Amino acid sequence: MTASVFFGCTFIAFGPAIALFLFTIARDPLRVIFLIAGAFFWLCSLLLSSLVWFITVQISNKESSSQQKGLLIFGVVLSVLLQETFRFGYYKLLKKANEGLLMLSAEETMPISIRQLAYVSGLGFGFMSGAFSMINILADSVGPGTIGIHGDSQHFFLSSAFMTMAIVLLHMFWGVVFFDSCEKQHWWSLAVVVISHLLVSCLTFQNPQYVGSLVPTYIIVFLVGLWAFFCAGGSLRNLKLCLTCKDKDFLLANHRPR
Amino acid sequence: MGLESSKWAIIFLVCWLYKNVSCNSVEQKIYVELNNTVPCVRLLNATHQIGCQSSISGDTGVIHVLESEADLEWPLSKGPNPPYMVLLESSLFTRSIMMKMKNESNRVAGVAVVVPNTSPPEFSPHTTCPNENTGVYSDNYGPNLAHCNTTVWNPLGNGLSYEEFDFPVFSLKEDNETEFIKQCYLDHNRAVNGSAPQYPLCAMQLFSHMHAVTNTPTCMRRNDINFSINPEMVCDPLGDYNVWGSIRPYNDTVLGHKENESVVIAAARLDSRAFFWEVSTGAEGSISGFVTLLAAAQALREVTHKAPPTRNILFAFFQGETFDYIGSSRMVYDMENGKFVIDLDNVHSILEIGQVAVHSGTNLFLHSDPVSRSNDTVNDEVENFVKNLQSSTAGLSFLLVEPNVSQPLPPSSLQRFLRAQPIPGIVLADHESAFNNRYYESFYDNAANLNLTYPSDLSPEEQLEFVTETAKSLTDVATVVARALYKQAGGDDSQVNTIKADPKIVTQMLYGFLVSSNNSWFQAVMAPELKNILKPSPPEYYVGVVMSSTPTRLVQYLLANLTGAATNLTQSQCQKPDELPNESRQMYSYLWVQGIVPPNSTQRDSFCVRASVRLTKAVSPAFELGEYASKDYSTWTESRWKFIKARIFLVASRDLEMLTLGVGVAVLFTSLLVTYFISTKADVLFSSTREPASAAY
Repeated sequence: MTASVFFGCTFIAFGPAIALFLFTIARDPLRVIFLIAGAFFWLCSLLLSSLVWFITVQISNKESSSQQKGLLIFGVVLSVLLQETFRFGYYKLLKKANEGLLMLSAEETMPISIRQLAYVSGLGFGFMSGAFSMINILADSVGPGTIGIHGDSQHFFLSSAFMTMAIVLLHMFWGVVFFDSCEKQHWWSLAVVVISHLLVSCLTFQNPQYVGSLVPTYIIVFLVGLWAFFCAGGSLRNLKLCLTCKDKDFLLANHRPR
Repeated sequence: MGLESSKWAIIFLVCWLYKNVSCNSVEQKIYVELNNTVPCVRLLNATHQIGCQSSISGDTGVIHVLESEADLEWPLSKGPNPPYMVLLESSLFTRSIMMKMKNESNRVAGVAVVVPNTSPPEFSPHTTCPNENTGVYSDNYGPNLAHCNTTVWNPLGNGLSYEEFDFPVFSLKEDNETEFIKQCYLDHNRAVNGSAPQYPLCAMQLFSHMHAVTNTPTCMRRNDINFSINPEMVCDPLGDYNVWGSIRPYNDTVLGHKENESVVIAAARLDSRAFFWEVSTGAEGSISGFVTLLAAAQALREVTHKAPPTRNILFAFFQGETFDYIGSSRMVYDMENGKFVIDLDNVHSILEIGQVAVHSGTNLFLHSDPVSRSNDTVNDEVENFVKNLQSSTAGLSFLLVEPNVSQPLPPSSLQRFLRAQPIPGIVLADHESAFNNRYYESFYDNAANLNLTYPSDLSPEEQLEFVTETAKSLTDVATVVARALYKQAGGDDSQVNTIKADPKIVTQMLYGFLVSSNNSWFQAVMAPELKNILKPSPPEYYVGVVMSSTPTRLVQYLLANLTGAATNLTQSQCQKPDELPNESRQMYSYLWVQGIVPPNSTQRDSFCVRASVRLTKAVSPAFELGEYASKDYSTWTESRWKFIKARIFLVASRDLEMLTLGVGVAVLFTSLLVTYFISTKADVLFSSTREPASAAY
């Protein structure tokens, strides 16, 4: 629509991601490297799934719309499964890398724990996924027009921005839960991650009923976020401690090297 | 080996995939591009700029379909969502409405005019006194006749073409796109019971940014700035080529005055214009004139071989006459400076064919210049010429009459010749005083204005051959012109009645110039490399900045075919005729034309035409001399531009946009705060499962 919509949607979609990157990742070069590697793995999974989808579309009958819709659903499901497969592949790679890093480093302890790696890789997946969802929509939002001349809903830009924010957060939470369940060999929680990813992606088929896709997605974001919080080592007690001991530890906490 | 082949397989796969990519982008859901639009562009002369300009990133406005002149107060004052893009029906495209919008141009983003298929009763965007400053009449020459003091030639003219608008004005056709625009307006922009219409509103954006400003000297100076390897040109002079041919050929290399040579010049103009860029037909304004002259040239071919007249006859077709006589001023300049094959002293008399859309039975008028006729020798010559003309109408259904009152010449190329030297001259026209043409220099001066109608069940080829009533009338005029020219050139009187113009040729020319230029006859007379300029629609007669436009080429080849001779030369000989003993490129021009397709074959019978037909440059002498602020010569230039396009879309309200920005900034700040909070408390928050001595949180 205009520059204000462009910036508004950018901030909505990438606000949390930017904040997380600035405060937790930017200072540590190792985390940056693993973030970018995670983004790259997501990109590979997208490449593979888009290749498969493209070939099937070319083979299929372009005129039949039901076939095209079926093909789209197939493409989405395949893409989700491939993303999770690549996340698993990244996990395996990181496990091997950790041993290698331990051998190379002078210290005795690992420079980065597997839990941090989970968070960083999830965020990397989220960054790239958000970028691919949102960048071309943002590019078109700069012009003077808004969607609607052919009868589509006006709220496309806003809903896409909110959906992208949800996806970025979700990938981060899924990363944490996924790695944690792989560590602890809890295969059922792995399955729940995959199923929740499928659920969120399939909810987007409700568009343009944006309420129908955004509200359940945010409920899932909240639930998975809670789960990730507990997997990462948080608890209600810690939360209460934090919220009430703001006065005492806050000042001291700032001086800790990060 | 396996790796090799799999590499090739992958490359092949990638290339095939690349070819089949198609986009279903967000942009297609937002914008609808308008393809059949014609802009109004900026033209500049020595002192002014005229035409329309948009801002460099396009002008966006909420669409408002104007219903009447009173409805103008909605976009100009009452409407709550300025700026507006006003959509006009052609009946509302009047001077008063356009001037009102020009005065309130901060609320008007642009204008779109819907041009219908049927013409309104009258419309002429040209001035009332065409070319008033570059004709022969001035304060020194017939001051009471200057500036249309005695006769207003174009009383219906509203002068819109010569106004300057700082918003874009585009024209739309009456087709599906325009229906879509009107539907979008009805769905979104209508005010319900006086309350403001709700967002989102339907808007249009027009891009027609012109690079040149102020006037010609400024833009020509800016053309010369050489900052970089690719200098940016901002404007180009209007110009093209004049076409001329003669009965007896002239040596192209021997220029200047010729002893004992006396020439009768027969002139017509080729170009016309309209308010919008390039869409000009000029059926009555120019086509009637030059088609008549071409037919007269053809009628004279045979008799001038059998019984050549004493004087030579030169047929001249001038380009750019609409814009202060570009072509004729250039030819006069060349004659004065010895750069043309003859001199002004060689010119015996001039006959110009003006607007001759005659209907059967109406008379034609012979205009002459009263000031030069005050000299007795000139007056005698003119009277002699008039007698020759009037006696040529014997046996035809109309008469040639001199106007009753003493009035100046209408706007015509003859005026430029008179500026240099008092030459006896006559302008043949269908109007006694003011123009009969109700659509002078407008986009409605088309085939319908000449009553060119064909029976409805004819195929295009049959239409080409069908002799219309218009063609019959113009043929009679051509016969009169040919006979008068022959007599004026001192031809044998006994041969005069054998001169007859061919109605078949006239009707084919009218079809080709007014209905469809891509017909079999035009294809036969054109060169093979030029056949792409023939299109299924009529050519555009705007003089433009590209030299050798379609009408110039068509007239050149037609004149060559109609007055020249077919030879036996082969194609390579046609390109190098000087190697043959009897042929000379200096005396003739040799053109290789496609010819017709014989009935039983598919190959064309191409042949070489030898004709004394030449092109001379028709660029105003002001540009040769570098006098860009000249008052004597035409100084018209056309601005350059990068791209011109139009599109429609919906716009959202400013409040929604600001809300989106506000929400975005709020989300960003909240997430920054929360993340800072969490990251500082991270060791406390995530301490449930102790990792052995991990120092790096």
